[in-house]
Parts: sequence; C-alpha cells; structure tokens
Amino acid sequence: MTNETLRQILTDKFGEQLTEWEEPYGMLTFRAPAEMNLKVLQFLYDQQGFNFLTDLTGVHYPDRTEEELCVVYHLHNLRANIRLRFKVYVPVAKPDIFTATAVFSGANWMERETYDFFGINFVGHPNLIRILNVDQMDYFPMRKEYKMEDPTRTDKDDEMFGRG
Amino acid sequence: MSRPVQYNTKIKMVEMPEGYSGEGFHATSFDKVVGLARANSLWPLPFATSCCGIEFMATMGSNYDLSRFGSERMGFTPRQCDMLLVAGTISKKMGPILRQVYLQMAEPRWVIAIGACASSGGIFDSYSVLQGIDQVIPVDVYVPGCPPRPEGILDGILKLQDLVHNESLRRRHSSVYQELMTSYGIK
Repeated sequence: MTNETLRQILTDKFGEQLTEWEEPYGMLTFRAPAEMNLKVLQFLYDQQGFNFLTDLTGVHYPDRTEEELCVVYHLHNLRANIRLRFKVYVPVAKPDIFTATAVFSGANWMERETYDFFGINFVGHPNLIRILNVDQMDYFPMRKEYKMEDPTRTDKDDEMFGRG
Repeated sequence: MSRPVQYNTKIKMVEMPEGYSGEGFHATSFDKVVGLARANSLWPLPFATSCCGIEFMATMGSNYDLSRFGSERMGFTPRQCDMLLVAGTISKKMGPILRQVYLQMAEPRWVIAIGACASSGGIFDSYSVLQGIDQVIPVDVYVPGCPPRPEGILDGILKLQDLVHNESLRRRHSSVYQELMTSYGIK
C-alpha cells in the first residue's frame, strides 16, 4: 500500500468529497466535509487497516471565515506501516463534530483535550469535560483570539517583573 | 579528662539566650527558649515540582548538608512537619492541592517559596500557571533564582530560622495574624 493506491481507494469510495490532497514530507493529507468524519474513519478502520489513532488535535485559523476551527486526525496502519492525516473544518460559531470514540476508544481523552483547548464540541462523547485545565476556566486558551499581553488579567503581579 | 583523639572540635553551639544566671540556674523568658528550640529543629516538608526541586535535593544531600544548620530530616507528611518548602512551578490546577497540604500542617507552620516560579510565576506568564504561591497560602521567605543555587536555599532557610527564633509566642494568636489567615480564607 502506497500513498498513490490509498488515494485511489479513497477517491473510488468517496469521490469528489475528499479535497485538498497533499503530501507534505511524504505523509498523505486530505480534507473531508465535517459531517463525513465518522464515515471516513470507519472505512479506514474496517477496510484499510488503519487501526491506530496516533493523534487528534485542533487548529485555529482566525482568518478563514466559516471554517475557523480545524480538527486533525492522524492514523497509522501498523501492518502496512503507512500513516495518513485528514482534516475537517467547522465554524467557530458552531463547532460541532461527531465523536470518534465509537471507533477508537483512545479518542476519548484526545477529544477531551481538544475540547479543553479549542472548544470543539464532540457530539456523542461520553464525558466531554476539561482534562488539563482547571474546571473553573471559562475560555478556550489555545484559540488565537487573545492579545499577547492581556490587559484584563488580575493574577499577574507586575511589580515582580519591573513593570509596575 | 580529655580523650587522646578529639574529632569535631569546631562544633558550633547556639548561644544561650539573654537572662539572669547564677550558680546552678539561668532565668530567661519562655519564648526565647521556645524560639531557640523551634529554630534548630525545623521539620522540612519538600513540595518539589520541577528544577528547583533538584537544587533542593542537592541542598539536603551530603554536599551541602542542610542538617548542619540544625534541621530535622525530611518528613513527607504534612501532619508532622512545620516548614513547607515549595520548589517549582505551581499550576493553577495544583493550587488547591498545595493549599490543602498547607491546611494539613499544624500550627506553628512556616512556608518558603524557592525559586522564581513559586515566588511569582517566573517565566511562565501564562493562563495555566499560578502567579506566585502567595495567592493561595501565606509565605514567610522568598528565595530568588531560576533555579536558586543550594547556597541560596540554605540562606533562605537560615533567614527563616531567624524569623522562627525571634517569633513571639503570642504572634499566632494576634489579630494581625488572624486577619492574614482570613484574607486567605483559612478559618
């Protein structure tokens, strides 16, 4: 199995719905519509042997309207030793996407982390609560919407840093 | 009669507190005696989370030997210790745990913040890091440095011994102290 055959298999199955094909550093990358993420994952898991979810994370692109938030899945076929990456985009106003926990149990904590830092709402997740930050936090810290020096912060003692 | 071979001839003894002495007796005030005893038998409780903790391990190891200065062994239970040494970055999620450790210690208790992170958040000017442990518990001595050298930590502990030595027995019952505790939401 190579990137070319894999791309052919995916194109035969899903047609024109998969777009933005790339191979940065030799790793096959493509984009799928947000509502299709589970179909693609299930197909890759059941029929193509991608049974290891290496990573699941988010990216915030503040300049892309209506597709500000990106969810990235990294998959590994252990038998053929080939990796791929696919991305789905959701609007920041309604960041809903289906959970991958039904296919990969390991997605549970990864999705909690992605929710914790980017606020992506994984519909159907069994326990979607913060995992690393304090529970009282009321914002999503990895979104690129904060100033470098937040003037509203009250917990910083400027005197300690010679800025007082 | 002196022994033929004498080791450790340079033993430093603490000075006798001021008072009135005569043949066979010495009269002084009670808090001076208590201060003397407390200052030279502090039980350290290390709360080490990162690189300052490594420096602290060197401090209590044989090279720098914290025990020379009249310190007991490390106690890894807050119930039996009276000197909390916070060495390292404390994240906001760790804050309540540190506070609970402090609450579990019995009075009198003292706290040393070792290093820039414990004192002020240090380089971690970040949403997830507590900007100094004095936001959750009162601190007696701050040791600067990133990380501080073992000599610095020793100096901090000697400073604390000074504080303990001269602390009035009534301090923990004073209204100023009660106000301090109330400002941290303790009791």
